[in-house]
Amino acid sequence: MGIERFGATTVLTTNLDRVVGWARRNSLWPLTFGLACCAIEMISTAAARYDIARFGMEVFRPSPRQADVMIVAGTVTRKMAPAVKRLYDQMAEPKWVVAMGACACSGGLFPTYAVVQGVDTFLPVDIYIPGCPVKPEALLDGLIRLQEKIAAGAAGSAR
Amino acid sequence: MNLDTLRARFGPAVGASVVFRGETSLTVDREAVVALCECLRDEEALAFDFLADLCGVDRHPADPRFEVVYHLYSVRHGHRLRLRVPVGEADPVVDSVTGVWETADWHERECFDLFGIRFRNHPDLRRILLPDDFEGHPLRKDFPLEGDGRP
Repeated sequence: MGIERFGATTVLTTNLDRVVGWARRNSLWPLTFGLACCAIEMISTAAARYDIARFGMEVFRPSPRQADVMIVAGTVTRKMAPAVKRLYDQMAEPKWVVAMGACACSGGLFPTYAVVQGVDTFLPVDIYIPGCPVKPEALLDGLIRLQEKIAAGAAGSAR
Repeated sequence: MNLDTLRARFGPAVGASVVFRGETSLTVDREAVVALCECLRDEEALAFDFLADLCGVDRHPADPRFEVVYHLYSVRHGHRLRLRVPVGEADPVVDSVTGVWETADWHERECFDLFGIRFRNHPDLRRILLPDDFEGHPLRKDFPLEGDGRP
């Protein structure tokens, strides 16, 4: 595989998975929703200074039908968890989940009856980003790593 | 604010009053709560037209274990009063004051939700903060902070 020459013609051969992965990774549409203080950092990540558009993920979608990345930004309470699960279920395949911040990863500083101890108890998480709250640079780093996983075909609910 | 009229009318149902830094607290029997609150609201000299707060207290392991605390304010006179109503663990029921101050509705639901104190004659005594399928009352001192381990 690679660049091959047939007479005067140059042909690039590859496999379909690689093309699909390349297309998916360069057009991630996150779902517009935030649950706690991490959402503020996510908003500033999308704003002018950090400019998430550089990585092709600026199209935050207010409908789960049109989104393919769920950034769980903040504390998930037990009362909120069914709503988060429902949003995830409404997203079309392929879809990915990013657990943003200590609370989404593990419950964070709330080891209490009211808080879900990590969203991986009810969602298939692809990327965990530590931080309290997560800095925009860290969120971007996490999303770039997600892109790498997608390109390698190693992420997503259909993996 | 003169509470003598209350004592004359309700007798031993009105217990000790404590004044601390200008705030008056009055211990009241739970049987007399609704009648007393109506009196506090309607008596011209008292005119407590605003229930500022209603909350529960768990004094575990004391007996009686619980208290329901009412913070009253009179917009007309600018004075305040706190009522404390002791409630036992075996029968944690108090008459609802939603008929006296409508705002008690959600306060009593919160108190029921977190302490398990029931309010008789409340129009809609459901949980208000926790999910409907939650088991237990987490502001009770013997409730495990980290919950029962369910996801």
